[in-house]
Amino acid sequence: MTAESPIIQVDGLVKRFAAFTAVDRLSFSVNRGEIFGLVGPDGAGKTATMRMLAGVMRPDGGAIVIDGVDAVADPEGIKPHVSYMPQRFGLYEDLTVDENIRFYADLFEVPPALRRERASRLLAASGMSNFGKFRAGQLSGGMKQKLGVACALVHTPKILLLDEPTTGVDPVSRRDFWRILYGLREDGVTIVISTAYLDEAERCNRLTLLHSGRALYCDTPTELKKRMPGALIAISSMDGRAVRSAITGKPGVSQVLLVGDGVHAVVDNSDLRIPQLREAIGLAGVQVSGIAVAVPSIEDVFVALLETGQAQ
Amino acid sequence: MRFRRLRAIALKELLQIWRDPRSLMIALLMPFTQMFLLGYGVTLDLKHIPVCTFDREASQNSQSLLKHFEASSYFAIARNVRTYPELISAIDRSDCKIAIVVPPDFSERLNDTGTSSVQAILDATDDNTANIAYGYAVAIVSGYSNDVALDALGRQGGELQQIQPVAVQSRVWFNEDLDSRNFIIPGLVAVIMALVGAQLTSLTISREWERGTMELLVSTPVTPSEVMVGKLAPYLALGWIDASFCLIIATLWFGVPFRGTLFTLFATTTLFLTVVLGIGYLLSVLIRSQIGASQVALLLTMLPTTLLSGYVFPIDQMPTIIQDITYLVYSRYYVTIIKAIFLKGAGIAALAVPILFLLVYAAAVMTLAARAFRKRLD
Ligand SMILES: Nc1ncnc2c1ncn2[C@@H]1O[C@H](COP(=O)(O)OP(=O)(O)O)[C@@H](O)[C@H]1O
Ligand SMILES: [Mg+2]
Repeated sequence: MTAESPIIQVDGLVKRFAAFTAVDRLSFSVNRGEIFGLVGPDGAGKTATMRMLAGVMRPDGGAIVIDGVDAVADPEGIKPHVSYMPQRFGLYEDLTVDENIRFYADLFEVPPALRRERASRLLAASGMSNFGKFRAGQLSGGMKQKLGVACALVHTPKILLLDEPTTGVDPVSRRDFWRILYGLREDGVTIVISTAYLDEAERCNRLTLLHSGRALYCDTPTELKKRMPGALIAISSMDGRAVRSAITGKPGVSQVLLVGDGVHAVVDNSDLRIPQLREAIGLAGVQVSGIAVAVPSIEDVFVALLETGQAQ
Repeated sequence: MRFRRLRAIALKELLQIWRDPRSLMIALLMPFTQMFLLGYGVTLDLKHIPVCTFDREASQNSQSLLKHFEASSYFAIARNVRTYPELISAIDRSDCKIAIVVPPDFSERLNDTGTSSVQAILDATDDNTANIAYGYAVAIVSGYSNDVALDALGRQGGELQQIQPVAVQSRVWFNEDLDSRNFIIPGLVAVIMALVGAQLTSLTISREWERGTMELLVSTPVTPSEVMVGKLAPYLALGWIDASFCLIIATLWFGVPFRGTLFTLFATTTLFLTVVLGIGYLLSVLIRSQIGASQVALLLTMLPTTLLSGYVFPIDQMPTIIQDITYLVYSRYYVTIIKAIFLKGAGIAALAVPILFLLVYAAAVMTLAARAFRKRLD
C-alpha cells in the first residue's frame, strides 16, 4: 500500500432504520492527512455515517475499509487507530478534566509518562491548563468540545472522527477549534468532520455534500463551486426585499436569496441577464449600489444543486 | 482481558459511586435500615394495631376474651361496634386493621362442646400488617384459651386437658423470642446482599446509555468482559463492606452467635454477590433505562429472596410444588450457607453442596452477562 492510497474507502454504504433509509449508497474516500468534510443539513445522515465509520453501528450494506482493515467485518480491528467524538458530549460530567483524559488514555493503554506529557500539552494548547481539577460538567460548551478533542488525541490516533463538533459553539470558539484541527493536520492526522454549517465546508480539503442520505457531490470546495449551475449575481442594496420582489420570476432567474447586504440571484447567463435585471430594478424604482458577478459560497452551490436536483 | 483497561473502568466507576452521595448512602446504610426494620420491625412497627370488636353475645365469657385484647400492647381497641355494616365501614375507613367478632353462641358452644371460635376480619390491603395482626390475634385467643382451660381445671379439679378450648390453628412465626431472631437475622444478610447487589449494578450500564457516555465508550478498544469485571469490582467491595456491617449488627447488637469463620463467610458471600451483581448487570445491559432495570432487579432478587429462600418462611412448610421451585432460587443456597455458618459454625467442606449450586449459578450468570453486552448502538 502506498502513501497515496486513501486511508478511508467507503463504498455503497447503506443504513436503514426500519423502512427509512438514512444513508443511501454513499461512497467516498478520504486521503491520508486531509481534513474531509461530511456536509449537510440536519437529518442528512451525517451522524449515522460517522457511527458506521467509528465501528459502533453496523451498516446494512456496502463496505468500509480503514487503513487496509475491513471495518464492517472487524470493527474492533480499527478502534485502536481511530478516535471518535460523538455529536452529543460523551465524556463523564461527574469526572474531572484530568480524570476523563486519564480514563481514555488507559482504555487505549497509553503509558502513564506519555499520558502526563501529552495531557499537559493538549490542555495547554486549548488554554485549559488550569482546568484539570474541574468537573467536565462545569465546563462551557466550547471547553467541553476541547476536552473531547484532548481525550480523543491522548492516544495519537491516525484518524479523528468529529461529529458536528461545532454545532452550538460560539463563533470565536469555532475559529479556535478549527485552528486546532489545522495543527493536527500538520501533524499528519487524518480528520473526518461533519457539519451542518456550510461555511465550514470551505475549510475542508475535500468534502461530500450530503442530503437525505445521498451524496450530492464530492470534491474540493473550489471544484465544487465550479459545479455551480449558471452564475451567482450579487445585488447590493439597502432594500433587499424590494429588490427580491422586483426580480423574482424574471426570465433566466432560477433563485433569489436575501443576504446581509442585499440579494443573491442565481441566473443562467450573467452577461445576458445583468442588464435585464438592472432594467427591472430601475422600473421598480429601487435604489441599488451595485450589481456584479459573485463567487458563490458552498451554501449557494448546495442550494442551487438541490434546486436543480443535480445529484451525482 | 487487559489489566490497564479493567482498572480504568473500575476506577471510573468507583469515582462515580463516590460522587453520587445518594446511591452511596443507600448502599452503606442498607445494612442498618434493613437490619433494624426487618430484625425489629415486628415489635417496633406493630404495637397498638387498631382493632374493632363486635361482641354479638355480650356475656361474661366474651367480655373476658375481649379484655385480653384490651390488655395487650399489640392492640388498641378502636371501636366497639354493634352491627356488621358498622364494622365494615370501620374497616373501609381504615379505623381498624382487624375486627374480632364474637358469635352469639360463643359461651353456649364453649360450655356444650368445650370448644368455640371467634371470627377475625382483616383489612387485606396491607397484607403484611394483616398477617401479623392475625398472628397476634391468634396468640391472644390462645392465651385466653389457656385461662379457660386452667379455670376449668380449677373448677373440676381434674387433669389439664390436652385439647384447647378455643381453637388456635396458626403457628406464631413472628414470635419475639431469641431463637427465632437467631434464625431470622442471618437470613437477613442474604436479603441485604441481594438488595445492594442487584440494585446498584442494575444502574451501571443503563446510566451510560442515559447520560450519553456509551457511544464514546464503545468506540474504544475496551472489551465487553473488561467492562463487566471493571464495573462489578467496586460493587463487590461495597458488598463486602455491607457484609461486615451486617455481621457487626447481627452479633453485637442483636446478640446472634457467630460460630463460623470469617473466611467461610466472606468466601461464600463473594460467591453470592457474584450472582446478584451479575444479575443486576445483565438487566442493566438488557434494559437501557435506569428505572426499568432497577425495578426488574428488585422483582427478580428481592421477591424470591424474601419469599422463597427460607430466610423467614421455612421451605419445608411450603407446598411441594413451591418447594421444587425454590431449588431455582439462588438465595436459597446462600440462606442455607449463612445460617449454617452463623449458628452451626459450618466450614467450606460441610457446605460443599450449596456452594456448588451457587458456583454453577455464578458461572452461568457471568457467561450470560459477558455475552449480552455488545459494543454497538443498534
Ligand atoms: N436510531 C434511529 N432510529 C430511527 N431513525 C433514526 C435513528 N437515527 C437516525 N435516524 C434518522 O436517520 C436520519 C439521519 O439521521 P442522522 O444521521 O442523525 O442525521 P444528521 O446527523 O445528518 O443530522 C434522520 O432522519 C433521523 O431521524
Ligand atoms: Mg447528527
